Parts: sequence; structure tokens; C-alpha cells
Amino acid sequence: MLNQNPLWRYLLVVGVLLLALVYAMPNLYPEDPALNINATRGGAVSETTRQQLEQSFVSAGITPKAVTLEAGQVLARFASAEDQLRARQVATELLGNVNYVTALNLVPTTPDWLAAIGASPMKLGLDLRGGVHFLMAVDMKAALDKNINDLTQAFRADLREARVRYRSVTADTERGQVQILLRSAEDVAAARAALARLDREYVFTDGAAEFSLNVSLSENRIREIREYALNQNITIIRNRVNEIGVAEPLVQRQGADRIIVQLPGVQDPAQAKEILGATATLEFRLVDDQGDLAAALNGRLPPGSSLYYDRNGQPYLLENRIMLTGEHITNASSSYDEYGQPQVNISLDAQGGNQLSQATRDSIGRRMATVFIEYKPGEELQADGTPVLIKQEEVINAATIQARLGRSFRITGIGNPAEAQNLALLLRAGALIAPTQIIEERTIGPSLGQENIDLGMTAIMWGMVVVLVFMVIYYKVFGLIANVALVANLVLIVGIMSMIPGATLTLPGMAGIVLTVGMAVDANVLIFERIREELAEGRSVQQAIHQGYDRAFATIADSNITTLLVALILFGIGTGPVKGFAITLAIGILTSIFTAVVGTRLLVNLFWGGRRVQSLPM
Amino acid sequence: MRIFRFQQAINFMRFKWPALMLSALLVLGSLGLLAVKGINWGLDFTGGTVIEAGFSQSADLSQIRTVLAESGYPDAVVQYFGSSQDVAIRIAPRDGVEQSRISNEIMAALAKTSDSQIEMRRIEFVGPSVGAELREQGGLAMLVALLGILLYVGMRFEWRLSLGAVLALGHDVIITLGLFSLLQLEFDLTVLAAILALIGYSINDTIVVFDRIRESFRKLRDSTPEETVNDAVTSTLNRTVVTSLTTIIVLIVLFTMGGALIHNFATALLFGIAIGTYSSVFVASGIAVQLGLNREDMLPPPPPEKEGEGTEPLL
Repeated sequence: MLNQNPLWRYLLVVGVLLLALVYAMPNLYPEDPALNINATRGGAVSETTRQQLEQSFVSAGITPKAVTLEAGQVLARFASAEDQLRARQVATELLGNVNYVTALNLVPTTPDWLAAIGASPMKLGLDLRGGVHFLMAVDMKAALDKNINDLTQAFRADLREARVRYRSVTADTERGQVQILLRSAEDVAAARAALARLDREYVFTDGAAEFSLNVSLSENRIREIREYALNQNITIIRNRVNEIGVAEPLVQRQGADRIIVQLPGVQDPAQAKEILGATATLEFRLVDDQGDLAAALNGRLPPGSSLYYDRNGQPYLLENRIMLTGEHITNASSSYDEYGQPQVNISLDAQGGNQLSQATRDSIGRRMATVFIEYKPGEELQADGTPVLIKQEEVINAATIQARLGRSFRITGIGNPAEAQNLALLLRAGALIAPTQIIEERTIGPSLGQENIDLGMTAIMWGMVVVLVFMVIYYKVFGLIANVALVANLVLIVGIMSMIPGATLTLPGMAGIVLTVGMAVDANVLIFERIREELAEGRSVQQAIHQGYDRAFATIADSNITTLLVALILFGIGTGPVKGFAITLAIGILTSIFTAVVGTRLLVNLFWGGRRVQSLPM
Repeated sequence: MRIFRFQQAINFMRFKWPALMLSALLVLGSLGLLAVKGINWGLDFTGGTVIEAGFSQSADLSQIRTVLAESGYPDAVVQYFGSSQDVAIRIAPRDGVEQSRISNEIMAALAKTSDSQIEMRRIEFVGPSVGAELREQGGLAMLVALLGILLYVGMRFEWRLSLGAVLALGHDVIITLGLFSLLQLEFDLTVLAAILALIGYSINDTIVVFDRIRESFRKLRDSTPEETVNDAVTSTLNRTVVTSLTTIIVLIVLFTMGGALIHNFATALLFGIAIGTYSSVFVASGIAVQLGLNREDMLPPPPPEKEGEGTEPLL
């Protein structure tokens, strides 16, 4: 008989709705203000530290909800944001901010059984959570210029070595090439042959002047340089962001030369900017083996030397003379030596190579220490409100010089591969080749974030209520059915948003939900109007329902596909908040088709389908 | 309950010319406004800095202006934002070295203006290059959306309808932009999103009418194209009005309760949807008829598998 559905369809739809409901549920549980306490530089927090923290919280009169040790970091939950802020002070006093980083965080209180099935609340965009969003541009021109300058120096040495006499070798950064002036056609050919042997990625063109040669880099090599500069910056920014103490930072590449940095919960953009903009540097110094370390620790420093410490607090007495600074490093990577031991390979530019070669000539057998220097913002503020930067120096490695060092050398005798990797990373970080610039900033204060959530929620709620009332007045019982679909639709949207890992809810996203609520009834309106028409044309009730749904479906599909098209375009070009709008709009369109076409049809059929009904309550 | 009860089709096409004239007038007027007054581009597109600060008491704007002028920002635009305790400060992009530092300096300067607690609510800084890019991307998105719709409708229906739909959409967008120009409302990224959403909504509306036109052509064999279109528009009129009504109600809620940040978003949609409803009734099909839409073009039914027909419903 017409308009009857098998049981499994009902079960399926109910199942889908229940699933969405379960996954939407974590959103009902409020979030706990919490502290994340991490050790810096990949260290782990110990159980003793956790106990110390818990005790000092209690003795400060703060009762934490829980203080747990998870994955090497302490997570302390509190009942109120006030407790959280006070606890942060307590923690900083106890641990200091050199070896530990304390970050404010909001952690979901999803019950275990929900968490066990992977349900979690929707991720809120920065406009709802509060926080800082930066878009940073990497200065690729600087990276390429530096490369050309390095090449210029290198070519001079290379040509000398190949015994090719040249008039001049100059960098032409405007055109991205090195100009070599020579004396004869033979020399041009010789120079070309000599340089081509060194690197196949050089592109040679004849210069405008007589006996001149222009060398530029191949597309491939330029792309490599750009990639390297971008990745280096991303690595450095990741490191720094970890230092700021942000619970869930996002550092992501965008396009060819951009980096997105999102720091939820950061309330002081000035501080964040300082940290991101600060430069880390490296210095190589000789270890002063003659000096008396014990005396130095007691305050009697030998002249020409200073005390430095490594991560574990071990002291080193280093000469004040700097052998080499990090800006000369062109690359650093970790690998294994011939005995399978981890090592770090370092390449320097030509000038750096010369310097190091001079400096190590008479120092074979002595130890060379690598000092990593970073700037961290302190408590004090400058006149313009930005924090005063404190210089932090740390010995990251000390190795014996085995031979006179040149443009490329390696550090061996490193504990384990992870340490080698970390060292290579720090070496690269200290040799930033392309500076970055903040080209976009969007900061939302925490109170505005909460306000936006409240505004969005009220708008959604009242929008719903108004539409629900209207539908009941206009379509009576059928209006109620459409309302069930509308509510189901909202649950589905929230459930799906919570399930998709990349989806974030933003303020325009909430506007998108409100709009969807208004538009979602459209499918039902189309169907109901169609049924009314069919009835007016004198069809039986059963046929009217059947035809109404079938005929309306083609229209619904066509019209929604075009809207979906627009939502996809929005998603493709939009940034942050607009993307959020596109996501909710797209999800809303799909769910509203489902609830209106499939959901209400089942309900209508359940009540009126397959029976002798004379008229419909609409 | 029903809004309209019609015994026979209303002669919408009788108003075809007046409607097209009116629309042409509105479009020309809007284009004129856009040319003369231009659009009040928001920060997203011009670049610059906006700082929103919350004061615990009513803020004294003139005092803030003085302090900012002393700190080297005489060109700062200072306005209340939402309430008198909320102040928005706009600063045009300048050729300084470190643009991103401006906000730090402003916040420090503000702290001097009053004893009351000042809270940073929002800082937005967009570099000039980013602004130009966003403007380009926005324009591109709008064109791609219109082109995509042109292709899809052309494929699913017929080129006259497709052209009619896209012209009607362009009409909606231009008139909405005209309103923004007339009132000098700020045009930012959320408004762009609203315009794109408007394109989505308006095409939805138009497709519903077109779908019916196609069906009516098959049903009414001896009618003129105008009569057919009249029949289709009349029978979908209830749906058009009801859907627009629910959407508009919801947008009014958003407009009044959504807060200052999405005010312009709601305005654009509210106005655009009203225009869009009008255009899908009068303009889109009017243009298609004028382009020479007739029965033969719609028959034989383009694809034999009309979506949803003959196939089982989704579940």
C-alpha cells in the first residue's frame, strides 16, 4: 500500500539521530578552567613536581578539582577562573618560568563514557574563545638575497681554487644572479666548467659586458630555498609558541610564504608578538680548560671567560671570544656516522667557513661549545607597554675539535638520535635566514569571546522559537512535524560539527546556523505546499502525500545543490570566520534535506500513511 | 492557514515591463551610487588597525582623541561601538616599519586616558597587501559563484533561464551593494559572506520557480509562454512568501540580538533577501520570457532521468 515504510527505515533514521545526539552531548558539559604545566625543551614533569604543585595549591587556599600527570605534563583543573589565575601565580612562584611553562587552558569535562567513544565538544573559533590570530609573511626576498650573497663569496673561493683568474665577482640581488667578470674567453669557459662541476643547479648566461658570466639558480633550487626558509620559520615559531605557554596552539603553513599562528586564550598580544618576533642566535665559543671552574662558581672568574650553564644546570667556563655566530650557518641536519652513532652535519657560508677555519687552526684537541641565545619577555614592562626582554643563554653542546674546521663540519658524540635532531633544529633556529613580519592580526579579548557565544546562543534560540511558532500556526499538525524535523536538524548540525575534527564554530558560523534554521523549513514548506496543491486538484490523501514528496524532491535537490555550490566556494576562498560560516551553511543544507525529505516523510507516513484518511490537518 | 488562495493564475507577466524598468532603474541607481559614493570598505579590505576597548564607565571620546593625537595618531577615528562604554578606534594603514606595533602603543596610550579599568576587547590589524588580496579574492569568489550557477542552471534547465537567473542574481547583489553605498555601511568580510549567502539563497528561490515553469510547460500544452510562467509563479507564490518570511523573521532576530559584530551581516541578508524574493518572482522569469523562452525549448524534457523520479527516495 502507498505511503508505508518498512521498519528498518524508521530504525535507521532514529539511529542516525541518536548517534548525532550522543556526539552533540559533550557540548552540554561546561568546560573547566585549567592549568597546563610543561617542562621546556622536551623535558618531562615528574610525579614529585605534581605532588609539590598540589600541596602548594592547597596551602595557598585553592582547592583544585584534580591535578593529574598526563603525557609528561601536569593538568590541574579548577572550579573557577579566579582560582585558575591565582593557581598560575602559585605555580610560577614554585617552579619559576625558566624550566617550566604554565599555560591557561579550558578543558572539556566530557564524561568518560562519551570520551571513550571519541565524542568531544565543538571546537570554538578564536572569536568565541578569545585569543590571538596572526598571519605572518616570510620575507622570501631576504632569503634569496642572502643566498646570492653567499654564492658570491663561495664563487670567489671556488674560482681561486680552480685557478681561474677573474676580475670581479659581484652579487646582483635585483636580478637574483652573480656577475663574474673575467679576462678572456678561455677564462669564461674555464669558470663555467669549474662552477658547473660544483653544482648542477647553476644556470649560466652570458653577461652583457665582454668576457662576463652570469650565474643564477635553477627554479628547482629557488623553490628549495623558499621551502627551507618557510619550514625553518615554522619550526622556530613552533618552538617559541611552546615557550609562551599556550594550551592548544596552531602553527600552520598557508600558501607559499605565509604562516598562520593561532594562540587561543592568550590575552596579551603584545607579549606574544615580542616572543614571535624575537630572534634566537647561536654562538660558538671555546671551552676554557685552563680556568678553575670551582673558583669561577664561587665568583672568581678568570679574566676573559664567563660561566654558562646547560639545560641540566651543568656549568661551563667559556672564553668570551666568539669563534663564530649562528648567522653563518646555512644548514644543519642530523644523521648517523660510519659507526651508526648520531651526528649533526653543519654547513657554513664562505665567510663563516673562513672564520671558523682561522679560529680552529690552533685549537685542535680543545672543546668547542655551542651556546643558544634566546630572548624571553620578563615581568617588567617598557614605556610602550611591551615587556622587557631577558636574554637567556644556554649551552646546548660541547664537542672536542678533531681537526681544523671548514665550511662543513659535524658534531659527533651525541647521546641519542633524538638529541641530534633537537640540536640540528636549534642550530637551524639560531640561523634564521628569512625574517618574518606580522601582516594580519586578529585578537579577541576573553570577555568579548564569551559575549559572542551568549549573543549567538540567544539569536539561535529566539530564531528557533519564532520559526517553530510560525510553522505551527501556518501548518497546524504538519507544522509540528516540520518542527520535529527542525529540532532534529539542529541536533544533527551540532553533532556533525562535533564529529568533524577540523570544523570550528565561529560567530559567523552561529549566524549560519540561525540562517539555516530559517532556510531549513524551506524543504518542508515546498513539500507541504505541494501536498496542498495535489489535494486541491482532487487527488486522494494518500496520492497527494506520495506525489507531494516525490515532486518536491526534484525541486529541493536542484535548489539546494546550487546553494551548496555557493557554500563550497565560500569555504574555498574564505578565511577563519567566513570558513566557519561556510561549514555550518553546508552542513545545514545537507541535514535539512535529510530531515525534511526523509525524516518528515517517515513521520507523515507513520501517522497518515496507508490509512483511510479523508483530510489532512494542515 | 494560507496566505494566498488563487482560483486562477495571476498575470505576473503583465507587470513584466514595469518590473524590468524598475529593476533597471534600481540597478542603474546603485551603479551610480557605487561610482559616486563608492563603498565604505572595512578594515578587511583596506588594511589598517581597529582596536575595540571596553571602559568600566562611559568613555570620553574627545579626551581619547586628544590623547591619541598627542601619541602621534591624529588621524585615528574614534567611535562608540555598541554602547558608550565600548570604543572602537580605527587607524588607517601607514608606511611605518612595524605596523603590528600600533595596537600596543594605542593600548598603552589609552591606559592614560582614564583611571577606570580598560579592557582590550578586540584588536584587528590587516596589512595593506592582505587587504588588497582579500578584495581580489572576494570579487573572484562572487564571479566564480555566479559562473558556477550559470553553468549548472544552463545544464539542468536551459540557457535562457540560466541567463535570467544569473542576471537576477547580479541584480540582487548590485542593489544590495547600492544600499551599502547609500547608507555608507561598512563592508567587511562578514558582509561579503552575507552577499555570497544571498546569492545562494536567491538562486534557491529562483530555481524553485524555474522548476515549476518547466513542469507547467509540460502540463499546459496550449498556453503561451507568458501564461505558463504566470501559472508557475502563482503556484509557487505561497512557498516563496512563506520561506522568505521565516528567513526574514530569523534575520530580524539576528539583527536585533546578534550583537554589533554581525549587524552589517544581518542587514545585507535582510535587504538582499527581500530584493531576492522580488527578483525571483518578477525579474528572473521576466528576462527569460523576454529572451524568447518557449515550449519547444523545454521539450522534450532535457534528461530522461529527472532527479528523484523513478528512483526510490533516499531511504
